[in-house]
Amino acid sequence: MTDLGSSQSEGRASALLAFLWKAIKLLATIAVTFLGLLLVTFLISHVIAVDPVLAVVGDRASQATYDKMFIEMGLDRPLYEQFFIYVEKVLSGDFGKSFLTKKYVIDDIARAFPATLELATLAIIIGTAFGVPLGIISAVKAGKPIDQIVRIIGLIGYSAPIFWLGLLGLLVFYAKLDWISGPGRIDIAYEYSISPGTGMLLVDSALQGQWEAFGNAFSHIILPASLLGYNAMAYISRMTRSFMLTELAQEYVTTARVKGVPEWRIIWVHALRNAAVPLVTVIAFSYGGLLEGSVLTETVFAWPGLGLYLTNSLQVADMNAVLGGTLVIGAIFVGLNLLSDLLYNVLDPRVRRRGGKP
Amino acid sequence: MTDVQTRREWLLSDTPASRGQARWGQSYRTWLGLKSNSLAMVGLWIVVVLILLAIFAPVLAPFDPLEGIGGLRGARLEPPSWAHPFGTDDLSRDILSRVLYGSRLTLLVVLLVAVIATPIGLAVGTAAGYFGGWVDVVLMRITDIFMAFPRLILALAFASALGPGIENAIIAIAITAWPPYARLARAETLTIRDTDYINAIRLQGASPLRILLGHVTPLCLSSAVVRVTLDMAGIILIAAGLGFLGLGAQPPQPEWGAMIAGGRRFIIDQWWVATMPGLAIFIVALGFNLLGDGLRDVLDPKGRK
Repeated sequence: MTDLGSSQSEGRASALLAFLWKAIKLLATIAVTFLGLLLVTFLISHVIAVDPVLAVVGDRASQATYDKMFIEMGLDRPLYEQFFIYVEKVLSGDFGKSFLTKKYVIDDIARAFPATLELATLAIIIGTAFGVPLGIISAVKAGKPIDQIVRIIGLIGYSAPIFWLGLLGLLVFYAKLDWISGPGRIDIAYEYSISPGTGMLLVDSALQGQWEAFGNAFSHIILPASLLGYNAMAYISRMTRSFMLTELAQEYVTTARVKGVPEWRIIWVHALRNAAVPLVTVIAFSYGGLLEGSVLTETVFAWPGLGLYLTNSLQVADMNAVLGGTLVIGAIFVGLNLLSDLLYNVLDPRVRRRGGKP
Repeated sequence: MTDVQTRREWLLSDTPASRGQARWGQSYRTWLGLKSNSLAMVGLWIVVVLILLAIFAPVLAPFDPLEGIGGLRGARLEPPSWAHPFGTDDLSRDILSRVLYGSRLTLLVVLLVAVIATPIGLAVGTAAGYFGGWVDVVLMRITDIFMAFPRLILALAFASALGPGIENAIIAIAITAWPPYARLARAETLTIRDTDYINAIRLQGASPLRILLGHVTPLCLSSAVVRVTLDMAGIILIAAGLGFLGLGAQPPQPEWGAMIAGGRRFIIDQWWVATMPGLAIFIVALGFNLLGDGLRDVLDPKGRK
């Protein structure tokens, strides 16, 4: 009895050690990756940029102003020192001021972020809701016409420029059919009726019971979210198809068939449950990919999120804002990739056990 | 007839007599696989037509792509007609002619990105795989960091730092395109590194540079080329996105993304100005995607079903 107990606690201790070691390695990876992100944005702003001073003072500044700014920005110091200063600043949340909005970049980003989060979240919901069933159907009917149709639907999603689809969508559903509202997040009439909360208009208006405002916000978000979701759907359905094909070829599926389990149950319960683990990581990953699509979508739909902020800053070469936005998006992207890795570890019992007991 | 028959047999022979025959046979088998995939053939046709249109744009285009017809206001914003199948834009330019010339810019971007990004990826990947140790760790970390940004965002940041223009857009896209090739090349190098023939060359006293350039890189090249083909649709879309945001080719150049941006103001009443170049991007990207999809099916026996 005691023997068993001690070996058990020993096992637990080594499992804990393994877990700690894993955690340390993970943290180190995150730190290095983040430092790398900083290095890249630093190189872009301090080395590649033609003249960072000129971008701030403008081309009509006097030589004296220029020199003053040059020293103020620390450009006279050696590069590595500049980099340390940059890292220090960013870590304390100081991305500098945007000379377009005249505000701190970090505040601008915090204000714009909920709009992007709302858009991307609805998009991933749409993408998953359509992508997973389509992927399952095409795996079950692999090689049949329906499989080809789903494949083509997906390829169209991969191939159409999202900003072009957005313009066409506005033309058809807003201008011609008048089914939805135009660009922007909400009509001005409702803009101040929702008191700020999470910053996500759909959530706020629903929590406050303002259903009319909710409906209006929904009529604004549905088209951009659907287009972004279409993009995600293309990827999700393809991955679902391949995971399901793998599962359906497994022996437990044959066993279930022999036992007389109904086919729908085999597909939607047995196989899907096993395919779900890698699928969750795919969905988390494509959630990050939506950040990319959101830059172009937000520009077309005048959606006041991170993407629009980034492109507005691009137009005037407002580098502080551009790099702040790039860095935040990069960090979120890294975070989501990490999350998808972690989810895989948590959800898959095989990986979990392997990690737990060395 | 017999000549064709024997050529086919020569290509499909199970016992090739020379390296050349084996290589041609391999290519021929890939081609047969591709030919049986009708969607891939559609893709191939689209790409071939694109290349032909780009080469013969000056012959095919009915009007000048940069000059308005009859001055700036001569034929402004005319809807599609027999004279102007795609309509005209706000500066009275024939959109069909502009789209035709735009195919040259698109091909230029795709080719240059491939030519710049593939060698970078190969160099980084083969070096990391061959030397291992610290070189590997450092190079792969750098690769990971570049992959940590969404591609379009990183390209945007680079393009905005370099300043607008098609050359800078190409550089920006190439900078974001190489990491997957590096990973691929590294994986392949790892399998080649300790083979007997590489060891034999090493014992003969060949320098690492010579081994990498002369013996490892050629073996990694073909899969890198395939990977680039798979990426081309993505490259086209990113280039179009940069153009749309004003960071790619500058007006009056007929770049498709920039043309959509130019037509954006007129989308409600003069839909054709933005729609036609978008259609061109869509068809070309679809072509590359279909071709790439087919290639992947043929070359990856695991994925075949």
